[in-house]
Amino acid sequence: MTAYTPDEMMTVAAARRLTNGAVCFVGIGLPSAACNLARLTHAPDLVLIYESGTVGTRPTVLPLSIGDGELAETARSVIPLPEVFTHYLQRGRVDVGFLGGAQIDRFGNLNSTVIGPYDTPTVRLPGAGGAPEIATHVRELLIVMKQTARTFVDQLDFRTTAGFLDGGDARSRAGLPGGGPRAVITNLGELTPDPGTRELVLSAIFMGVTVDDVRAACGWPLRVADTVARIVPPTTIELQTLRALQDRTREAHAHRVRITLPT
Amino acid sequence: MTTPPFLSLRDAMARHVRDGMTVALEGFTHLIPFAAGHELIRQHRADLTLVRMTPDLIYDQMIGMGCAAKLVFSWGGNPGVGSLHRLRDAVEHQWPRPLALDEHSHAGLAVRYTAGASGLPFGVLKGYTGTDLVTANKSQIATITCPFTGDVLTALPALTPDVTILHAPQADREGNVLLRGIVGACREAAQAARVLVVTVEEVVDQLDAPMNAFVIPAWQVAAIAVVPGGAYPSYAHGYYARDNAFYLAWDDIARDRARFTEWMTTHVLETATHAEFLQRVGAVA
Repeated sequence: MTAYTPDEMMTVAAARRLTNGAVCFVGIGLPSAACNLARLTHAPDLVLIYESGTVGTRPTVLPLSIGDGELAETARSVIPLPEVFTHYLQRGRVDVGFLGGAQIDRFGNLNSTVIGPYDTPTVRLPGAGGAPEIATHVRELLIVMKQTARTFVDQLDFRTTAGFLDGGDARSRAGLPGGGPRAVITNLGELTPDPGTRELVLSAIFMGVTVDDVRAACGWPLRVADTVARIVPPTTIELQTLRALQDRTREAHAHRVRITLPT
Repeated sequence: MTTPPFLSLRDAMARHVRDGMTVALEGFTHLIPFAAGHELIRQHRADLTLVRMTPDLIYDQMIGMGCAAKLVFSWGGNPGVGSLHRLRDAVEHQWPRPLALDEHSHAGLAVRYTAGASGLPFGVLKGYTGTDLVTANKSQIATITCPFTGDVLTALPALTPDVTILHAPQADREGNVLLRGIVGACREAAQAARVLVVTVEEVVDQLDAPMNAFVIPAWQVAAIAVVPGGAYPSYAHGYYARDNAFYLAWDDIARDRARFTEWMTTHVLETATHAEFLQRVGAVA
């Protein structure tokens, strides 16, 4: 078996969660890699929407930003950004959303705004972007984050994005239409919400990872499912496809642009 | 038909942008008006309220050079790379001066522009529920009950920038402006503004515009400056690509105050025009 990195395992595990034909709202970075890996392997009819307004895009290299020209050139249509958020997302036409964050709590709420107090932060993070409304409206939300005790916290410094709020039926009581977090995919395994309390429970781990490893990398006392599944390592095809995609991407991003000015 | 004046970039910025104004330089990753932002830095504009969904490198540069008193925004990172270090330094350490924030989500800021473009005092959306943005920015985020269904919705005040600045591929000789490709919230930011100033890659006899194209009519445009390469290191579809390598390199340049200041002095303050900037930054073929 070929060796692989935790990042690759994470990306592959996230890709496997996407079913063919689903409409998916894609964020930049690992979610974009996972969505395109899925499209290039088991889910060729996955519809990818990037918030820049590119709908049904099929990039051959991964974009560095959410609005690279590659996304527009390979899109079925390119629409204004307000329409992406109203006519597609708010109207309920998106099946799956993909988010990460700097902090997550046990109910899948996310922080991507600040570490420390809002007015005097120790670290100012990028902020909300599309996240709050993606999490509000999509039928299922997938969260991809590296798990450490610093990022999986007992108490968020700032709630940028609502998962299951305080758990139980708090999310539906607040009137949030989407289904909320379906799974959290980490570099160690997967957490899924308990159907009643909505607390995240360790339900699957990667090869070579122990339940104690995952517990140690969590800032709250982590609940563990009665049966913890073992996630199948990346197949040769998954790995080859992902690596080829990332090689093409690195090559494409390494070149400086030269402009020909009119004389 | 009123044809807007075709001005030099310097004159267009000097005529329309003054200290203390609320200014939106829009363009979502694509068509970011870098040349216009650099010219505002050269003219030492100060106390601006800067509006953009994604501040991007251009606002990192304007904030680091002390042009901004306030930022209205929804995502402040270097896309795919990491932090905007000058924005962070301003918020975390008030350098070079304190920066007030009016912070939203993308959906929210899009609604604010759309309300401004529609002549409404506020816009509504299903969003922000359960987020701490509501308390962090409570003067700018409220709820309203739908008179027909009783649903509680989020209400946000309209955005009407004093000046919106866009970069576009083409204008024709009458001053009609064509945008194409990824347009972000350009249309809404243009229509919401009191004054719209546009930089373009080129002036053509006939716009390459299909019937439903995004064309801003000449009579809505206050001034046009022809600035080839005016979006660099962002891009103009069909003209030049986004310089992703520059976006990656910016991380190191902006991380350190002294290196940033030196870079800005050498490449922006000490160049007279955008063409000179492009030469100095090594972006000319």
